Amino acid sequence: MNFEFADELLAVRDGARSFLAKNAPTTAVRRVLEGEAPYDAATWRAIGELGWLGAAIPEELGGSGLGHEGLCVLAEEIGAAVAAIPFSSACMAAEAILLAGDAEQQRALLPGLATGETIFCLALAEGPGNPHPRAVKAAVRGGRLTGTKWPVADGGIADRAVVVARDADGGIGLFLVELAGPGVTRTALDSLDPTRNQARLDFAGAPAVPLPAARGWAAVEAVLERSAVPIAFEQIGGARACLDMARDFAMERHAFGRPIASFQAIKHKLVDIYVANELARSNCTYAAWALGADAPDLSTAAAAARVSATEAFHLASKENIQVHGGMGFTWAADCHLYYRRAKLLSLMLGGAPWWKDRLVTRLELTNAEQGA
Amino acid sequence: MDFADTPGEAEFRAEAAAFLEKHAEPLTGANAVIRGRLPDDELLRRAREWQVLKAEAGFAAITWAPEHGGRGGTPMEQVIYAQEEARFAVPRGVYEIGLGMCVPTVITHGTPDQHARHVAPAVRGEEIWCQLFSEPAAGSDVAGLRTRAVRDGEDWVINGQKIWTSGAHYADWGLLLARTDPNAAKHAGLTMFVIPMRAPGVEVRRIKQIAGTSNFNEVFFTDLRIPDSARVGAVGAGWKVGLTTLMNERLTVGGSVGTDFDEIFALARDLETEDGTPAIRNPAVRERLAEWYVRSRGLKYTRFRTITRLSRGQTPGPESSIGKLVTASKMQEIASFALDLQGAAGVVMDRAVAPMQALFQETLLSAPGHRIAGGTDEIMRNIIAERVLGLPGDVRVDRDRPFSEIPAGKR
Repeated sequence: MNFEFADELLAVRDGARSFLAKNAPTTAVRRVLEGEAPYDAATWRAIGELGWLGAAIPEELGGSGLGHEGLCVLAEEIGAAVAAIPFSSACMAAEAILLAGDAEQQRALLPGLATGETIFCLALAEGPGNPHPRAVKAAVRGGRLTGTKWPVADGGIADRAVVVARDADGGIGLFLVELAGPGVTRTALDSLDPTRNQARLDFAGAPAVPLPAARGWAAVEAVLERSAVPIAFEQIGGARACLDMARDFAMERHAFGRPIASFQAIKHKLVDIYVANELARSNCTYAAWALGADAPDLSTAAAAARVSATEAFHLASKENIQVHGGMGFTWAADCHLYYRRAKLLSLMLGGAPWWKDRLVTRLELTNAEQGA
Repeated sequence: MDFADTPGEAEFRAEAAAFLEKHAEPLTGANAVIRGRLPDDELLRRAREWQVLKAEAGFAAITWAPEHGGRGGTPMEQVIYAQEEARFAVPRGVYEIGLGMCVPTVITHGTPDQHARHVAPAVRGEEIWCQLFSEPAAGSDVAGLRTRAVRDGEDWVINGQKIWTSGAHYADWGLLLARTDPNAAKHAGLTMFVIPMRAPGVEVRRIKQIAGTSNFNEVFFTDLRIPDSARVGAVGAGWKVGLTTLMNERLTVGGSVGTDFDEIFALARDLETEDGTPAIRNPAVRERLAEWYVRSRGLKYTRFRTITRLSRGQTPGPESSIGKLVTASKMQEIASFALDLQGAAGVVMDRAVAPMQALFQETLLSAPGHRIAGGTDEIMRNIIAERVLGLPGDVRVDRDRPFSEIPAGKR
């Protein structure tokens, strides 16, 4: 039994942690929060140069070849830093291009994605609701895309979008669109988490190139599942940071003549966060292995990681505010950065109830197969 | 990452599996339900036979040193044996307290004479032990115990009462924590003893629990006289000696079983609801199933993390402390929800008609005990808060006061 990341990946993780602590403090996140910058470009450039964005991309396609487990340990640190960068969008686009792009597209697109020179987004939703093929109305006819996608995470800052749309036969496929090209109108949307861009993309005959190697709704689901794993690591990174913040605050804050960390109401609350974080970390670790190994139970493992990481970050981010008391409710304290990010990450791939239902569906399928 | 054994581990696993396949019945749905429902004399007979086989094959005390009749094996080998044994229907619950808690305490803190007298018969299954710590007025606050041991020449005379003592009604020996100096501070006035459970002056009364079964007892001591050679560790060192036992208890209790995800998943698939579809089609049911699945798997993979450390020869990390806390309340929630699915029939405990031979009903009644035994949920949270998260201990009003001056309360 060796259920732990390899030593070199743990070293990568530790390096990432100290790099982000020094170079991506929450003061940088706050510049984006205040609208002074659309994203933290300096951090984005730096992690691109360090090869983090291309962790799961093979070296011959411009990646750093660390593998999916490597991507996951880095994602945890990015989540802990609540970095204001389009990282999760890059994860989703990379999975889409690796899955559905042909060899030439992969050679053309992935090196730019890996360095961060090209910012990608995934355009799936068309208004309220969780992912469902019925909701996909956008369509491509004669190489031109028409339709409206919203919200699109990082849609306002991306250079290119991977768009889920219907082809001439009415089937669902993935298409690549240059967002600076003709027929694209971008409208910024106010967001619960202003540190991550949200936009509405209107396509009126925009040139769209199919990613031909995988088609149908199953391809979309595969992209969502595969990106759910690194994003779950972003979530447990955020949850870990919340527990650290809450603990440190409770140790220093005195009330009734003693540190509030000595009251059982606070101690037990922090333990409940710790327990949720550890359960999520264990589920996520298994999913990281399943993703790296392309295990047959990847769908189940990804959904379990997603569900437990969402629960953990939700709990940790809201109770971190509670432990901080009135200070936690202020703009000045960092608590709300995590509270906002927790909700953003929990929604961007479909909400928790949707993933719970998928998880049980997967378990039913596995059970039926085993019974057959 | 990989989930494979090292070559040495694989060899040990094969040896354990071969032993079990030769001597034990594989676990099936039918014989799983029978566990814990045998009459005492039948359970004791079967447990004794099984213990003898284990001892002869070298699986009775895997991590103990050879000079104590052990195998000199690693904690990882203990884990592997437990994993393998879990696939078989073998009698459990009789020797665990002795071999898991009491005798290791004697080995760690006892004299060579005590080792010679007690260790070998325990390993061979000839003697059964119980643990005599908790008292009516000393539950979570074990150090508040009042059973007195008074020095009388070369002897000690014991008076008082213990409670929640598993197996006291058939135990041969008890590991007793008693107060030897009421004028010392609470934790400083305690001393550990080994006492013969069948001596005059020991009276055992069984406690009927809410599930109707009687695993626990009250034990009364009236002028029980034992020699000083029965003392384990120094006079006044009882608390430190007892911590060895309690740490082992939490490991033992953490492995307890009850209804878990697999059982509620099976019920939800099989049980037809009022609208003619299986319960699992209901979104509210699916949401709960998903939540229990991720907790159940989260614990499983947390154990994988612990096992990884053991396999590398390291001590378990802090994550290993969450098991009992999560397991006990999950078990209770699952049992309660399973009954909700059955509507009014959820109250029916008749094994002939209740799903899974009333396993959920029985678990509903036994689960509260799991949230209390071996450290309540609240004590477990305190322990994790203080030892894992490094938070301050509680403000103590009883510290550094003579025990005799601490207010006692009415219950």
